[in-house]
Amino acid sequence: MIHNKKITCIVCPIGCKIQVKTDGKQFEVCDGHKCKRGIEYARSEALDPRRMLTTSILVKEGEWPLVSVKSSKTVPKNKIFDVLKEIKKSSINAPVNLGQIIINNVAGTKIDIIATKSIKKL
Amino acid sequence: MINLNADVAIIGGGPAGLAAAISARKNKAKHVIILDRNSWLGGILPQCIHDGFGVEETGKSMTGTEYSEMYINNAKKQNITFMKETMVLNLNKDREIIAVNKKGLHRIKAKSIVLAMGCREKTRWNVMIPGDRPSGIYTAGVAQAFINLYNIMVGKNIVILGSGDVGLIMARRLKFEGANVLGVVEILPYASGLPRNVVQCLDDYDIPLFLSHTVTYIKGKERLESVKIAQVDKKMNVVPGTEKELQCDTLLLSLGLIPENELSKRIGIDIDNATGGPIVNQFFETSMPGIFACGNCLQVYDTVDVLSLGAKNAGKHAAKNDLGNVNKISNVYAGKGIHYVIPQRITKPGKVSFSLRVEKPQTASMMRVKADGKEIFKKKLPWVNPANMVEFSFNVTNDILYSEKKLEVALDDS
Repeated sequence: MIHNKKITCIVCPIGCKIQVKTDGKQFEVCDGHKCKRGIEYARSEALDPRRMLTTSILVKEGEWPLVSVKSSKTVPKNKIFDVLKEIKKSSINAPVNLGQIIINNVAGTKIDIIATKSIKKL
Repeated sequence: MINLNADVAIIGGGPAGLAAAISARKNKAKHVIILDRNSWLGGILPQCIHDGFGVEETGKSMTGTEYSEMYINNAKKQNITFMKETMVLNLNKDREIIAVNKKGLHRIKAKSIVLAMGCREKTRWNVMIPGDRPSGIYTAGVAQAFINLYNIMVGKNIVILGSGDVGLIMARRLKFEGANVLGVVEILPYASGLPRNVVQCLDDYDIPLFLSHTVTYIKGKERLESVKIAQVDKKMNVVPGTEKELQCDTLLLSLGLIPENELSKRIGIDIDNATGGPIVNQFFETSMPGIFACGNCLQVYDTVDVLSLGAKNAGKHAAKNDLGNVNKISNVYAGKGIHYVIPQRITKPGKVSFSLRVEKPQTASMMRVKADGKEIFKKKLPWVNPANMVEFSFNVTNDILYSEKKLEVALDDS
């Protein structure tokens, strides 16, 4: 069955309303996008929705109690809470450097969790 | 009293102050000082752990923390003097700043000053919500600092009032931290935040958005116990019979931001009531020569990218300090459908970049600029939304300026 879907693009602050036709496997953009990144986003959103994930991890002996982190790639939407659960159980010793990998292959997704802040040792 | 001299002194070490400082150094200002009352640089960015920063500026999406470290590292390479944990107490039109820190009182004599004090959040008392005064009521940004910087969770069952970007981002953040987010309540018939945040912060997690609703009562003895919400009509009056009570222990307020200009007002810098920030010319110079303004104390920006761009211009002109005396002024007015326009005055002919905010969302409409009633520029806008700043530029001719014509920007009806 073919659905008409209106997808709000989240790539940039404009938030284009992109009209697409999809049956879950095939995909066609109809109207509304202002750039190429919009088409890519709409395809992914229609067929395999994913999000960047940002949260924080406990730091031991740091000048701050937390370090902010992000996923190395977009995470499938239905895996977000599995990933968060594993992150919640983790911690790291200071110092932490921006860009440092803190968890490899988080929750079996082949996605890494990376520090987005530098934390000095106390 | 410790006496210091500077070519450019910048009040505030957030993204605007950092961008202005880097740009001032690149434009040959020798001694640049940044003053900030916090113990860190970057302002609000270190608590902005979400991504979406830098897309317009660098083409890739960064977190606020990454964006902030990039700017701090760049600033550190530029031989800038950072005075942290330093509170500016006063300044004057002769560009002397009085500031205090642990070492004592400082007098800083600067050739130019850049105001980059940022903004702060509206509170319950800006919108006068009736009811009790229990604990459990936070502004969204304060809750963000508690959770993202200090590892302190704010509550379990949470209602958010106001759909500004900080409120939307906090809705998702709280969900990630295991809280139950009962909904985001917005008095307007549309969300105040960016469309992408409505999608990825609310829709993704099935968090309800109650449009045309507001909180009418706050109840709780020690801790917040419930809030009453109700629908409002077009005139923002509560519709009788629509009230319902939500049991919750925490209320976050995301009611908008107020540019912080106590210092600017105290010394008599002209303020635009619509922006809440100083009135500036196209070089970001305020009504006091040699004092410039940028960042969120000038106008509350949508994104840090556009903010940094403006701040770089302010820093450049502060460094050059070559604007001379103002002889002729063309004032710029916000006409029909327009909330505000920046710059509010033109003091030299040439190409001028403007930014504006509209009053309400509208589909395809024509924006027109008139000089003393005669159209001089128009731009077709496929859609407009108060959450998205509109930018445009055109040439202000000698004729317009020398006859001090009034410029008015307005929108046609859609």
